[in-house]
Amino acid sequence: MRPIAYLRATHTAAAVAAVSTDPTSDFLAGGTTEVDLLRQNVLNPRRLVDINDLPLTGVESTPDGGLRIGALARMSDVAAAPVVRERFPLIARALELGASAQLRNMASMGGNLLQRVRCSYFRDAESACNKREPGSGCPAVEGFSRGHAVLGTSEHCIATHPSDVAVALTALDSRVRTLGPNGERTYSMDDFFLLPGDSPHREHPLEHGELITGIEVPGTPPARHSLYLKVRDRESYEFALVSVAAALSVVDGTIADVRMALGGVATKPWRARRAEDFLIGAATVRDNFVMAARVEMADARPTPMNAFKVELAQRAIVRALDTLSDGTGSGLGTDAGTGAGSGSSS
Amino acid sequence: MSARGPALTERGAVLEERGPGPVRVRLSINGTEHTLDIEPRVSLLDALRERLDLTGAKKGCDQGACGACTVWADGRRVLACLTLAVTCEGREVTTVEGLAEEGELHEMQRAFIAEDAFQCGFCTPGQIMSAVALIGEGHAGDDAEIKEWMSGNICRCAAYPNIRAAVRAVRDRT
Repeated sequence: MRPIAYLRATHTAAAVAAVSTDPTSDFLAGGTTEVDLLRQNVLNPRRLVDINDLPLTGVESTPDGGLRIGALARMSDVAAAPVVRERFPLIARALELGASAQLRNMASMGGNLLQRVRCSYFRDAESACNKREPGSGCPAVEGFSRGHAVLGTSEHCIATHPSDVAVALTALDSRVRTLGPNGERTYSMDDFFLLPGDSPHREHPLEHGELITGIEVPGTPPARHSLYLKVRDRESYEFALVSVAAALSVVDGTIADVRMALGGVATKPWRARRAEDFLIGAATVRDNFVMAARVEMADARPTPMNAFKVELAQRAIVRALDTLSDGTGSGLGTDAGTGAGSGSSS
Repeated sequence: MSARGPALTERGAVLEERGPGPVRVRLSINGTEHTLDIEPRVSLLDALRERLDLTGAKKGCDQGACGACTVWADGRRVLACLTLAVTCEGREVTTVEGLAEEGELHEMQRAFIAEDAFQCGFCTPGQIMSAVALIGEGHAGDDAEIKEWMSGNICRCAAYPNIRAAVRAVRDRT
């Protein structure tokens, strides 16, 4: 790791001022991705502003039945919060299926959203990568791409967004609150994550020194009946090949409301709007789930190595909807979120 | 303000910039205060092992993947390799050396011996720090739960069945 200067901020505005006035400064929160990438010379700030003492750790319900999560709340604390487990089981589940217990104790919610991709070409500072060095090329397109994206890709980047909880938050129309040199801002989660297009180095709209202060989840009645299904090569401590965050309201056998997002298959947490549109008002029968999954994945552009993800995603979508519609998917008591072979049910 | 100078707060107070050369860092490890001069880029793991001769926490991957460096910060298990030592000022760090009391091994350490829960032993200190924390967290309900919540600690020898037996033994005693 290159030499680095350090300072610790105790006021949010001071932290923002410290980073925004110096292009070579970055925030340091949990450090679980950042310290790793510093050591590998993928990130090269001259100075770190430690924000762990900022008063941004709260997890609380809001009057509208929603949730307000401080940016520095740790993944483990959010997953354990009773209000999250009762009202938003898909969030608790997505958090607990991410990383390991040690990492969840360290990693902050804001940092989770900003974590960098796990693409091995990005993480190898010797390799070309359009995210690290715009214009240098993307070896993943013709290279090792088994874990890469099939949706939202461009010729310049096919890396998947690695977060689990961001998928659940995207399904629930969450918002990201920030404080930057130009004041406070709010972004919808869907606008917060950018498609790579021809600028894959821009992953979010934050300006330098703009700090995530919190995440807001609106009150969403179907969220009580929700799940996070994660399919991966091994059963624990692994990134998703495919994941599905889904919440469902059924009235008299008809889908009254549905929220769904996908992880592991796209360059950003992928809101499955096509599937949602197909499903609203539809009967809760397998044929409709299969059709919704097919509609959502119709634009997939796989490589030969990750072509399996298209069918895997469709099967995971069907399984998630099956589980929720037969009444076994509510809450955290189900094991529907685990299992490496869970994509093979249909 | 210079782009490279100390940062001003809105009240005009200056945040103290330390480093990149060696800075004085005060660490509380296993209840003992230590003062050492290290660069801010030094990990907690390297500070423990290279400067304080606390070599219980092991350096496996140094990338946050293996769990061999698991210690507690303020009672929660974390990875020392992904923690910068300077960020631990004001926190209480506990390493495997801090588990034994008055020369008596912690019951989890005794259970690891009794259940033959290690082969090469390199991952053992991290396994033990996670195993003790696991029971405190209330995540040792059954074998499936133990597996899931111990999954951040990798054992290349795959002594997992015996590690689980040690966790069960301590769980059932408490």
